[in-house]
Amino acid sequence: MELHELTIHELLDRLRAGETTSAEITASVFGRIDAVEKEVHAYITLMRETALAEAARADERIRKGEIGALTGIPIALKDICCTKGVRTTCGSRILQNFIPPYNATVVEKLRAAGAVFPGKTNMDEFAMGSSTETSFFGVTRNPWDLDRIPGGSSGGSAAAVAADECIAALGSDTGGSIRQPAALCGVVGMKPTYGRVSRFGLVAFASSLDQIGPFTKDVEDCAIVMNVIAGYDPRESTSVPEEVPDYRRFLGKGIEGWRVGIPKEYFIAGIDPEVEAAVRRTIQVAEGAGAKCIEVSLPHTEYCLAVYYIVAPAEACSNLARYDGVKYGFRSEEGRDLMEMYKKTRAAGFGAEVKRRIMIGTYALSSGYYDAYYKKASQVRALIKRDFDEAFAKCDVILTPTTPTPAFRVGERTDDPMQMYLSDIFTISTNLAGIPGISVPCGFTAAGLPVGVQFLAGHFQEGRLIQFASAYEKHAQIEKRRPTL
Amino acid sequence: MEKIRISKEEVAHVAHLARLEFGAEEMEKFTSQLNDILLYMDKLGEVDTAGVEPVTHAIARKNAFREDAVGASLPPEVSLANAPEARGGCFQVPKVIE
Repeated sequence: MELHELTIHELLDRLRAGETTSAEITASVFGRIDAVEKEVHAYITLMRETALAEAARADERIRKGEIGALTGIPIALKDICCTKGVRTTCGSRILQNFIPPYNATVVEKLRAAGAVFPGKTNMDEFAMGSSTETSFFGVTRNPWDLDRIPGGSSGGSAAAVAADECIAALGSDTGGSIRQPAALCGVVGMKPTYGRVSRFGLVAFASSLDQIGPFTKDVEDCAIVMNVIAGYDPRESTSVPEEVPDYRRFLGKGIEGWRVGIPKEYFIAGIDPEVEAAVRRTIQVAEGAGAKCIEVSLPHTEYCLAVYYIVAPAEACSNLARYDGVKYGFRSEEGRDLMEMYKKTRAAGFGAEVKRRIMIGTYALSSGYYDAYYKKASQVRALIKRDFDEAFAKCDVILTPTTPTPAFRVGERTDDPMQMYLSDIFTISTNLAGIPGISVPCGFTAAGLPVGVQFLAGHFQEGRLIQFASAYEKHAQIEKRRPTL
Repeated sequence: MEKIRISKEEVAHVAHLARLEFGAEEMEKFTSQLNDILLYMDKLGEVDTAGVEPVTHAIARKNAFREDAVGASLPPEVSLANAPEARGGCFQVPKVIE
């Protein structure tokens, strides 16, 4: 096996045993990038030179016996995480030349743990999208079928992990943007509890929903990355000073006697039959591992999409007011006065989906409509949250499909925003309720496309999710396949 | 006839509030797409929310206060480094008043 195909824990074992070096691992990852990136286009910016220098420094530390949680491991960053001195575009023309003067907290934490940064991954513009097609920098392709989308908005990170163009990656999840592409690319993706991981230096989309999390090749790697990125940050006022357990403690522990809630509202008409069959098999696997599956109800599920597409655009339109052509980013030269400059800058700097969401948000917050849209949505959000509280009184975890269909074709939904929004129908409620969720591969369709299953738990129960996912991974024995690129 | 939630005039007004502008063709497309999206939102009308306290943050947090102490901050030249135009330690913009 090539080094780039291995997991974090396998590589750390080899590094500790002196069987390989970070320089070799990093060279292997860049060799893979050179071989497949032209087809996949997972990255916006590659950081080859600095990555090789970081690898050399990691090797020096390893020689001295100083090996940290991620020393020498190449981890890609979604291009929404600010990187000091390295442009951070958020997939947008308006930030095409933005060079942050500071690092996001997650970048600092990964760096302190010894990680190597191969590059910044592609994404839907400002994380608004479900296919990575709204990026100003072109479409990312699904490594399992290059005619199909990788999901989104963190499609570049998911595709990079699936195609072995990095060992793991970070993404961000506002309505499913980690879990949905993880499912469609056949990798593990976790959205932590709101407040678990600092958002400092994460370009803001919808601040009450955004959360950073890992994409990894297996559940153990997810625990390893979570150990590094989770925790309170005094620079981020919504980060929560809740103790962070060692997530590796939850690996391999079994789920005997656990109660698994199956929400009847998540097995709806319109769900792809192959996806449904694969997810139904996961229920049998959980029962085979000693868990007890029970039906639960999340009665407000059908309203999640409508709530989300009011709340997220409302928050986005105020967050994106900062892009005015003054302080940073693109400025149109055509405006004769300040107002014209604002309008022409924003009209040329933002793509269609971002403008659509700014318009919805501005409308929903505007005088006369606030009560009917934003307030109403926030009230229904309270009911959605209550649904989860009531369900978790009856079960330890909830099991659902991650997505209603496997990866769709490039271009298939770009002209129909409502169809595109429906691909997040099973992931959005998690963000509205602030709870953690993980998507884990659970099989393939007959055409060879990956399918994901989603596990959800109560606030700050990431450990429980890792325990359940690790037990599932062990018992399911999903066939190890690699995309043929 | 299709139901109308938002007219072209309203779209133009909201675009002004959001500091955006659209060409004629884009305006047609946006009006029709926004209308579809807003019609979908009608669904929320089915839910009885009388007396329900709105949730704006899923995790209840009190205000995060800190001491009013001077800490590290970006030097002016670094803050201005990404500005499309800057002069004399200030951001430069097109004229604001006639």
